[in-house]
Amino acid sequence: MPTLNRRQFLVDLGLFSLVMAAPGFALGAVPGDHRFVFVALRGGMDGLHAVPPIGDPDYASARGTLALKDGVIPLDGIYGLHPALGGAAGLYKKGELLVVHAVATPYRERSHFDGQDLLESGATAPHLLRDGWLGRCLPILGTGRSAGLAVGQSVPLSLRGPQPVESWSPSPLAGLSPMLVEKLRGLYEGDPLLSMALEEGVQSESFVAQTLGGDMARGGGNFRNLAEATGKLLAAADGPRIAVMEAGGWDTHTAQGSGQQGRMVGPLNQLGDGLAAMAQAMGPAWNKTVVVCASEFGRTVAMNGTNGTDHGTGGVALVAGGVVAGGRVLGQWPGLSKDALYQGRDLKPTTDLRAVLKGLLRDHLALPETVLAKTVFPGSDGLAGLPGLVRSA
Amino acid sequence: MPDLSAVIAANRFGQGAAPGELNLVSNDPRGWLLAQLAPQPLPPQLAGLPSSAQSAQRFAELKAVRRADKAGTLPDPAEEKAKAEMRALYTTEAAARTRLAVETQTPFYERLVQFWSNHFTVSTARFEVAHLAGSFEREAIRPHVTGRFSQMLLAVMHHPAMLAYLDNTASIGPASQAGLRQKRGLNENLAREMMELHTLGVDGGYSQDDVQQLARVLTGWTIGNEKDGLAGQFLYQPRFHEPGPKAFLQVTIPESGETEALRAVDILTHHPATARFVATKLARHFIADDPPPAAVEALAKAFRESGGDLALVCKTLVERPEPWKMPLSKMKTSNDYVVSTLRLLAGPELDDNAILRPLNLLSQPPFGAPSPAGWPDRAEAWMGPEVLMRRIEWARDLAKKLHRIDLLELATEGLGPLMDGPLHQALMNATDAAEATLLLLSCPQFQRR
Repeated sequence: MPTLNRRQFLVDLGLFSLVMAAPGFALGAVPGDHRFVFVALRGGMDGLHAVPPIGDPDYASARGTLALKDGVIPLDGIYGLHPALGGAAGLYKKGELLVVHAVATPYRERSHFDGQDLLESGATAPHLLRDGWLGRCLPILGTGRSAGLAVGQSVPLSLRGPQPVESWSPSPLAGLSPMLVEKLRGLYEGDPLLSMALEEGVQSESFVAQTLGGDMARGGGNFRNLAEATGKLLAAADGPRIAVMEAGGWDTHTAQGSGQQGRMVGPLNQLGDGLAAMAQAMGPAWNKTVVVCASEFGRTVAMNGTNGTDHGTGGVALVAGGVVAGGRVLGQWPGLSKDALYQGRDLKPTTDLRAVLKGLLRDHLALPETVLAKTVFPGSDGLAGLPGLVRSA
Repeated sequence: MPDLSAVIAANRFGQGAAPGELNLVSNDPRGWLLAQLAPQPLPPQLAGLPSSAQSAQRFAELKAVRRADKAGTLPDPAEEKAKAEMRALYTTEAAARTRLAVETQTPFYERLVQFWSNHFTVSTARFEVAHLAGSFEREAIRPHVTGRFSQMLLAVMHHPAMLAYLDNTASIGPASQAGLRQKRGLNENLAREMMELHTLGVDGGYSQDDVQQLARVLTGWTIGNEKDGLAGQFLYQPRFHEPGPKAFLQVTIPESGETEALRAVDILTHHPATARFVATKLARHFIADDPPPAAVEALAKAFRESGGDLALVCKTLVERPEPWKMPLSKMKTSNDYVVSTLRLLAGPELDDNAILRPLNLLSQPPFGAPSPAGWPDRAEAWMGPEVLMRRIEWARDLAKKLHRIDLLELATEGLGPLMDGPLHQALMNATDAAEATLLLLSCPQFQRR
């Protein structure tokens, strides 16, 4: 019989609201009480700008006026961090940030929307799957209903799956009274979509209010602040264990600039400071945490006609967390000479993002390779998860 | 008593029933919709707003003041003033558009305007577009929604808002005069989205080479400056235009400067993938997230055979059986929800900021789509725990401010025969009028269309 989780079963029977009365996040076991966060960098982040290969002899000529010079934070002999990623540099120094360079999903076209579809669905072609790789992990992990948290007003594809999840973003309005919730329950009885949304909403609001306190729960939200709040929620004993976030502003077709100017400075600041703030907010739980940040594709190596870059292929993934075997840049460097580029224009991908994700899910969340190849990333049988991305316990 | 067709005409095709609307529609719901497919005069809510040329001119003046004021101390007061003025213009435009949706007596026409405006998204996500988004919708979209697709596509590609939003303004042919001198080049953003999002669809059968070729075709389509006497308006700049013929979608477009793009618009309009793509989006919007193939095919056929006559396509849609069936499969977007609420409550007096506040709160500010793909049109994007809680919280706070006694009448005005036993009972059992209003605005029948 096809796997039908208990909750779906109850929804189908209309019994859903009866078993929803228990307050708090009812958690099942994530192995080792580990946490996992996926940050979708929407818009196609220029990996060559975020983590410039300043030691590559072709870097300066290939990038022209985009090439970064002053203020780059050196990582090793080849790579540096964009000065605006200073917040993440501290994590790197502590060995808690791993960079994977020249990475890409299997997607080889240049549409944002199809690219993001693959990034989130984990499929090998656009629009093959209607749920996400992380969403499909939840029932396998056997977690309770509220282990998953989408930071935002709706649940992005990456976390959609057979198991419902929470979503949260700061609200300036007061919460709903229990009596009103009871009446709404009655109205939504025949509408599974609405009744599920209501139950999840009520649960997560009360949990968030307790965990974050008034100001943060009802404040505004740039990425840095949301990352800090998310860290607090993940750290809570009865909090979620799997979260997805988004950080945007990467589609730099114009005025990308170099150094402290240009359109990437703001988004990079938010990203770096956000990771640092999350680490800080989590306290000891940071040592049980992996955060992966990845984009749908990288950008062209050469500057376009308008001081920016167009949609490309290879980019970078950032992996942060107290348990990450970081302080290094991983990935086979393809080089930036004209012959080395993908289709003569993009950074050639040498690492499949799915191998990074599979390695992390296997070693941090204890998901077996067979399940990863079959259910989480269907069609990835020949692709083993990378070893050694997290420190063994 | 209005029947189901009246409710569907007002709620699914329109902007949500206003008091009295169901009765007005109930004689002939289809006829009511078809009558709205005639060209409409500019609604009074939009009268007096500046044209794109006027606001671009003003923007250029403010920029000039800023340049002249360079010696001034930071923060530059002229720059602050310019930014404040542009923000104010956005607020005026966004509120006028929303107020129009609330008050209009041709709500189907307004839904079509918003549908096409979303199809051809220009977004305030780019600061330099924010003050042009309203005039873009008014000038490039509104006049064409029941006209010809090719005319709308052309108007969109001509408009300074789109040329700026998708970076065509500075795309320069590598072998053009300017390209040879300045070593600048192509920006393929507009060309790619014009095929992927506006016409053929991502699976429409074009290649990376077609993207490059269309980008070459579009070189020179830019925005003028004060020197040209066309500050902020469309300008064809021959010095930017890539010379030579372009092989685009198996057709060779001979070199002809500005008019090459007209040929490309024609090729794209008559491509069968465009008919299918547009038909699918319309059917998704008016029938279901996964629309029935027969309806899609009927709309595609109408588009194809008429060469993109949008009134005919809409007429086909209204005359199909599928949109008139239950269940209410479309979840309201945040914009739908706010507008239909304000319509039902007969447009409570709200100032510009108050009318925009709920749209910001519910993450759908006018002209604020996150990407060129526009706002999504599927239930999962618009219904989840977080967004439902925000909707109810907002509706609760709004209901508290109203003084209305006859809730059952209000429910009948909004929902007609969709008002069922459980809802009736819930309204009867409400502790006060504010709670009853909130329950009405929260019920499944009102969350959907």
